[in-house]
Parts: sequence; C-alpha cells; structure tokens
Amino acid sequence: MPSNYLQIKDLSCGYGSDFNLRPITVGLRRGALAGIIGPNGSGKTTLFKGISGQLPLKSGSVWLNNCNLQSLKLRQKAQRIAVVSQFVDAAEISVEDYVLLGRLPYRAPFQFFEPQPDVLLARKYMRLTGIWKHRKKYLSQLSGGEQQLAAIAQALTQEPELLLLDEPTSHLDITHQVQVLNLIQRLNKELKLTVLMIIHDLNLAAEYCDFLLMMKQGDIHSCGTPQEVLTYDRIEQVYNTVVVTQTNPLSGKPAVFLVSENILNDIKARYGKIKR
Amino acid sequence: MKNKYLSWTLFTLLLLLLFVGAALLSLTTGEAAIGLGDLLPVWQDGEQMEHFILTRIRLPRIVLAMAVGGSLSLSGAILQGIFRNPLVEPYTLGISGGAALGVALIIVTGLHLSVGAFMLPLSGFSGAAIVIVLVGLLGFLRGGTDVNKMLLIGVMISFVASSAMMFLMAVTTSENIHGIVFWIMGSLDEPNPLLIKITLYTALSGLLLSYLFARPLNALLLGQEKAAYLGINSKTTIRLLFLLASLLTGICVAVAGVIGFVGLVIPHLIRLLAGSDYRFLLVGSFLGGGIFLVLSDVVARTLIAPNELPIGVITGIAGGILFIIVLNKNRNRRRHAQ
Repeated sequence: MPSNYLQIKDLSCGYGSDFNLRPITVGLRRGALAGIIGPNGSGKTTLFKGISGQLPLKSGSVWLNNCNLQSLKLRQKAQRIAVVSQFVDAAEISVEDYVLLGRLPYRAPFQFFEPQPDVLLARKYMRLTGIWKHRKKYLSQLSGGEQQLAAIAQALTQEPELLLLDEPTSHLDITHQVQVLNLIQRLNKELKLTVLMIIHDLNLAAEYCDFLLMMKQGDIHSCGTPQEVLTYDRIEQVYNTVVVTQTNPLSGKPAVFLVSENILNDIKARYGKIKR
Repeated sequence: MKNKYLSWTLFTLLLLLLFVGAALLSLTTGEAAIGLGDLLPVWQDGEQMEHFILTRIRLPRIVLAMAVGGSLSLSGAILQGIFRNPLVEPYTLGISGGAALGVALIIVTGLHLSVGAFMLPLSGFSGAAIVIVLVGLLGFLRGGTDVNKMLLIGVMISFVASSAMMFLMAVTTSENIHGIVFWIMGSLDEPNPLLIKITLYTALSGLLLSYLFARPLNALLLGQEKAAYLGINSKTTIRLLFLLASLLTGICVAVAGVIGFVGLVIPHLIRLLAGSDYRFLLVGSFLGGGIFLVLSDVVARTLIAPNELPIGVITGIAGGILFIIVLNKNRNRRRHAQ
C-alpha cells in the first residue's frame, strides 16, 4: 500500500528560536500503527504537536487523505483527527458525559441535547474500551489506566480517520500497558484506524508498531519496520547507551536489553573491549 | 441520558418554585404587615399606602435581587469554568475594586451631590469598565490567552484599586468614609426604576447569551488544549465569555455595590447538587443566585428591623455556612457510594 495517507512534507515547527525541528518529510499508509521513538528532547512531542495542530507550523504542510490540514477549521480537523494526551485532566465529569464530548465537533452551537445516534455511538465505544461499567463514575474517581481508556473511548467517539496518542502507556503498570496497547492494536485492525503514537518503551514500540520513526536532535534519524530501525548500532547512536538486541521468540520482533555499568566494566576487564 | 434531562427539568422547576416562594416571602415581610391573603386585594387597590409599599418598594427590590444575584452567580459559574479555578469569583479580577474606586472618587469629590445621584452608578460602571479593558488588554496581549496571567493581573489591579481607595479614605471626611463603606457593603435599595430595568434586561440577555457557550464551557473543563482537539476555538470562547461575565459583574456592582460570596458559593452549590454540566449549571446558578439574594435580603431587612443590615453581611455568613454543610454532606455521600 502506498505511504501517502498521512503525508508530512518539509514540516518544521518549534518554540521560538530555542528548539525547532529540521524540515521533516515522511508518509504513513492507511491503517498503519506507527510509533515515534527517540530520547527526551529529540522533538517527538514537537513533531506530534505540529501534526495535531497544537503548534503553528513554521514551514511545510501536513496532508491527511489528500487534504491539507492547515486549510481546515478546528471543528473540521476535530472530525478527522482525535488526540489522546499523555495525562487525562481528571475533571469532575461523569465518564459517560466525558466520552460524549467526543461528539462535540459534530454539533451546531445551539444544539442542546445529544441526538440518539451519538449516545449509541458513545455507548458502543465505552463497551469496546471496557469502561462501560464505570460510566456513572466521575473521571477523577478512575485509576490512571481507566482514565486513559476513557480518553481513548472519547477519541473513538470522534470517529476520526487518524488517532494520535502521546505516550499512552508511560505511567501505567504492565497490565494496563498491555491492555491499552492491545486495545489500540485491535482498533487499528478492526476499525482500520490509522494510529500514530509517541512511545517511550522501545520493547513495546517494537512489539506493537508496524512502522517506527526514530528521532534525534529534531530530525528523523531512521524510519521503517521495527526490525529495520531497532538495531543495536542505531539505538546506540541515537540514545548514546549500550544495548543488546535479540529477537522475541514468540513474535519475532526485536527486543532491547539494557546493560548495567557494572556488567559492562566486568566484560571490559575480562575481554579488553566489548565484542559484538 | 433521558434521566439526566428529566432531573435537569425537575431541578429547574424546583428552583422556579423556590423563587416564587422567596418572592412571596419577601413581599409579605416588612414593617407594614401585608399578609399572604392581602396581597391580591392590595395589589389591585391603588389607593392604599400598602399598595405603594408593595409595588414601589418591595417588588423592585425583589426584581433587583433576582437580577443581581442571578448575574453574579452566572458570571461566577462562567469565570470558574474558563479559569478552571474553583476559587475565582466575579470580584477576583478587580472589577469590584475598580467600581469601588470610581464610586469613592465621586463621593470624595462630592460630584454625586452637585451633579446628581446617577453619578454613583455611572462612575462605578466606568471604574469596572476600565478594569475590564485593562485586564483584557494585558491578559490578551500578543494573542495569547494565558488565563493564569489574566488572573494575576486582575488580582494585582484589585490590590492597587483598594490601596488607592484607602488613600482616598485617609484624606477625606468621616462623613464621606461612611458613604464609601456603606456603598462597598452593598445594598439592594435602588430608587431608580430605570437602573433596575437595565440590570434585569442585562441579566436575562446574559443568561441567554451564555447558552451559546454551554458546550464549549463543558469542553473547557478538560483544558484549553483538549478543547481545541474537540474543535473548540478556546481563545475566542474565553475572550467572549470573559467579556460577558465582566459586563454582568460591572453592571451589578455599579447598581448594588459589592455583594460578595453569591458568585463564589452558588455555582459550587449547584455543581455539588446537580453536576458540572454547563447546560444546567448556567440556568441553575442564575436561579440559585437570585433565590439566595432575595432570601438574604429578607433576612437583612428583618433581623434588626426597623434598621437594615448590609446585605453583604448576610450573604457572606449564610453562604459560607450553607456551603460548608453541603460540601460535608456531599463528601459523606460520595464516600458511601465508593
């Protein structure tokens, strides 16, 4: 399939003169589950905000399904792109109402009541994400993982073409990490939803994403399948950290191991230098 | 979903009923005894002294209390929403400080005696308007909508205004000080029917206009960034709502002085009782604020009759205690629910 469903052309954005992306050009195919990886300060979030429209672009353009996103109004954009932020702002609002807010981009200003189809849609996605049983609770009463699921349910209720997630698993335990990522994978597969997410954990990125963008110092260092991107030499170049890569015996995806300084020193003492 | 709309409707009807009750109570309470049964005959009989009291003194007070209480409470609900800060009230942004300074200036210079009593509300509103423009310009400078910055600017303007007022009070006569203090404490005693009408119409149109923003306000509960992702232009929304809330507050302060606590407590009360969905919160706060002020006014008039207590005293004490009670009850209920 051609990689031109989401097209990022010479995109640059940033914060004044402090930090700016090099012009970035990359494309995603329809139905991709792509991850942005890279060390802190490498521009992952900046690129993410450039695509989502949170940061004004300094140059270049973002095209979704042959439509220039900059030409769209906020409302129209919200009908095509849904964003799940890293932290859910736990407001005093019931989960049900929170999820229903996802229909906001489709409302006329004076449309006071939710139309029945919208209610059904919200119900469907609350069931799909598994937060149906919490629908009467306040968002602030849910755990971090459940809040993340509620945020995804809201994003789905927007019925977007592109789902953007900012580190959806960063503060979750492994149960919830896997739960959230399995859900995202299922949505990607069953709803044919194109997904782009920032993800810190290289092993999770390798396991779940089919396309990875590795960033370094405001530029794309490498991109491609996890097998292509997550090699030990590339990771060491980008992260300045010694790693060992192996293949996950079940999935065949790369797995990244970190090595402590003590062990490295032991090996150096024994062999003089690290052999690959 | 249907249940939600039903409970909103019931809640609104209940508030309307309470309002009618409060109005009747207010109409029948006072020095001249007019019983509930006498209301209609007295109303129709234009000859009686009681008729004059009812239509010229008590009714205007009720209308003004409703309009001022409703406006303040509505504007509190809106401001708490756009600033995402539960401690914000209509006076936090220095609007009352500006109005009070304007009025103090007029009292000290004696212009209200030489030019006319209308100078007081006029200068109060001018003071408020200057503050609104200042906070708006400084807060919105360079295209941003940093609500925390706006809040700080408002608080600072408030301090400057109150210091300036203290200066005026230090250099003027004790008679003038009395006048200033009395005005600051707030009063619903407004002889000018035109001002009452203006306040009422502004309040009602404010309520209507606020409903244009009920959904954006709901989205802003989740923060400006999230609201933008849901297709809400948060900048424009915040600016327009700031303007609306400030104008409502400015007019209230100019007409009735600084009546505190209504705008802080009532929106919270309604939120605790009926949830934070702005589709109900707006009208709920409006009605709740009106009821609260009408009842407070009854208390203020009767407690040390024939003298009258400043209404701000009653709203402060009653509002604070009421709020703590409801807050505790609600906490307990929620703990049990978990």
